[in-house]
Amino acid sequence: MSDAELNYRHAIARALADAMDEDERVILIGEDIGAAGGAFKSTEGLFERFGPRRVRDTPISEQAIVGAATGAAIMGLRPVAEIMFADFAGVCFDQIANQLAKYRYMTGGQVSVPVTIRMTNGAGAGFGAQHSQGTENWFLNIPGLKIAVPGTVPDLYGILRSAIRDPDPVLVFEHKALFALRGTLGDHDQVVPLGVADVVRQGGDVTIVATQQMRHRAVEAADQLAAQGIQATVIDPRTLVPFDDATVVASLRATSRLAVVQEAPADGSWGSSLIARMLTEHFELFDAPPVLIAASPTPVPYAGNLEAAWLPSSDRIVAEVCKQVQY
Amino acid sequence: MPAGLQEDALPEPMYVTPPQPAASQETLADGLPDDAEQLLLRMLEIRFFEDQVKELFTKGLVRGSTHLGQGQEAVSVGACSALRAGDTMTCTYRGHAAVLAMGAPLDRCFGELLGKADGLCGGKGGSMHFTDVSIGAIGSNAIVGAHLPVTVGAALAAEHLGTGAVAVAFFGDGATNIGAFHESLNLAAIWRLPAIFVIENNHYGEYSPLASTTPVDQLARRAESYGMPGVQVDGNDVAAVRSVTRAAAAKARAGGGPTLIEADTYRQQGHSRSDAGAYRPPGELEAWLARDPILRLEEALQATGRVTPDQLAALRAEAAVRVAEACARAQAWPEPTADALVQDVYA
Repeated sequence: MSDAELNYRHAIARALADAMDEDERVILIGEDIGAAGGAFKSTEGLFERFGPRRVRDTPISEQAIVGAATGAAIMGLRPVAEIMFADFAGVCFDQIANQLAKYRYMTGGQVSVPVTIRMTNGAGAGFGAQHSQGTENWFLNIPGLKIAVPGTVPDLYGILRSAIRDPDPVLVFEHKALFALRGTLGDHDQVVPLGVADVVRQGGDVTIVATQQMRHRAVEAADQLAAQGIQATVIDPRTLVPFDDATVVASLRATSRLAVVQEAPADGSWGSSLIARMLTEHFELFDAPPVLIAASPTPVPYAGNLEAAWLPSSDRIVAEVCKQVQY
Repeated sequence: MPAGLQEDALPEPMYVTPPQPAASQETLADGLPDDAEQLLLRMLEIRFFEDQVKELFTKGLVRGSTHLGQGQEAVSVGACSALRAGDTMTCTYRGHAAVLAMGAPLDRCFGELLGKADGLCGGKGGSMHFTDVSIGAIGSNAIVGAHLPVTVGAALAAEHLGTGAVAVAFFGDGATNIGAFHESLNLAAIWRLPAIFVIENNHYGEYSPLASTTPVDQLARRAESYGMPGVQVDGNDVAAVRSVTRAAAAKARAGGGPTLIEADTYRQQGHSRSDAGAYRPPGELEAWLARDPILRLEEALQATGRVTPDQLAALRAEAAVRVAEACARAQAWPEPTADALVQDVYA
């Protein structure tokens, strides 16, 4: 079964089911995840298979969902909470930022808080400003959280498995534009460790770092660049915390050029942080100024043409990289 | 009082509940508990602890702010004495009393306040985050109401794992106006979780009198909208608080779901160390000092002839010595080592 093709959406239910089979302490809580199978149908079949005690539908109460997951984790369960749209993290920000993330530290390490929060992020599907954000950047400045942004079927499956086994809180962002993406799971160890980047493509002229939807656009851009004689390495870090700096540094040693593509405005983002770290710690590796290819510093617009303009396109990646190579 | 606000200008609650028969509960007037002396000793330790904290602050030995709970000891001690091993308790930044009532060591509590390596949380929590998971004191929280969802989670784990434990949360009257209160009581009720929500109604949310922020006069009535029982109790009567908490715990352990308890009490000190309590109407503090929970228990013990004045004095002296010795021990402890800064962020 493991080498059969499945899509990004189905990888979620597969990972959750396997985690629940592996560890009876794993429970799921969230809005409409049970009988309804999830707003995105990503938990379909789990309620029937594991029953209402392990797949718990909640009221529309994000604070209570995250807080209950935190309290249950402290007391011995391994809850997986779903926040339907990542934008809704705004209504439970306190529970994530002040409770979940700090619980271990404030208590001097008396507890571990093995909570996984799954959230659907990402633009491109016309959901407007409050249902389209990549809110992973909101959490970068909160020590205590791990942040995962898987962009392929095996990465989503393998990272969810790692997150649920992890003793710390992990936020796993599932990109809604990738739900139909197809892929296969490997035959053997399908668990993807947190903090290990994937080198998607190798090339000697430029290092492009991107996640999720932008990872796929970066690969398209790399194909176009290759046609122009520019060879790009594409790196998908897969997790933002911890971040696999070493893989990026190793690539920079060969390419001397860094381009970061992200589905969010530049300020306060993982791309800005990565560029700052690389410049301050590895200045000698650069032959050209690094470039951050970011979204427009505006809310996500609704109209199709405006949203398309908001998102970095593969054409824009090609243009920015060409400019960088000519520096 | 704030300039321009007259006593008679304090707002009246919009919805005043007509007198109702008191729920069945055993008060001090119904007879003293067998362990009344132990309850008194614990309340005295907590009182003297808080008095000592105030002194440490005055001397500049405690950082940040602190929120003292003198006058509210009967709520913590009464409710926690109704619990058993395995039960959990969460509380607020005014939480020293509740954590001590669960049995936390006095010296390690002082150590935490003083930022010592052997403090309850290794000196990383401070006054507002006293936590001792080993005795079920699973968290003191500095965000109003934010521990209520966590309490629901502790109750969920107890229910899911079938431990028979209950999860208690203490919080102030002010917390009944924050969204987390609503979400938590609603979720606990719909899942029939073994949770007990205890409002320590000390009549002030920071500097604001309850009636200026809250349109009902009986906070226990808020339970109605969550389909759970709401019980009012004299929060300065340690026996009465224990009685209603025992009833709520028994109901919760039997699968009967959560209860909301409103314990009527009074904060004898200001909100925090910067607050002199200038907003109190004249005579209010004095009236509540006359109803001090420790005095009432002492009076009941003497009235029934259980203890003599000399024995009471000896109990007070014992509590005072324990507190003083604990404080002295903690002051001698070392600070956290430098590497503690980066420990415990992740497991």
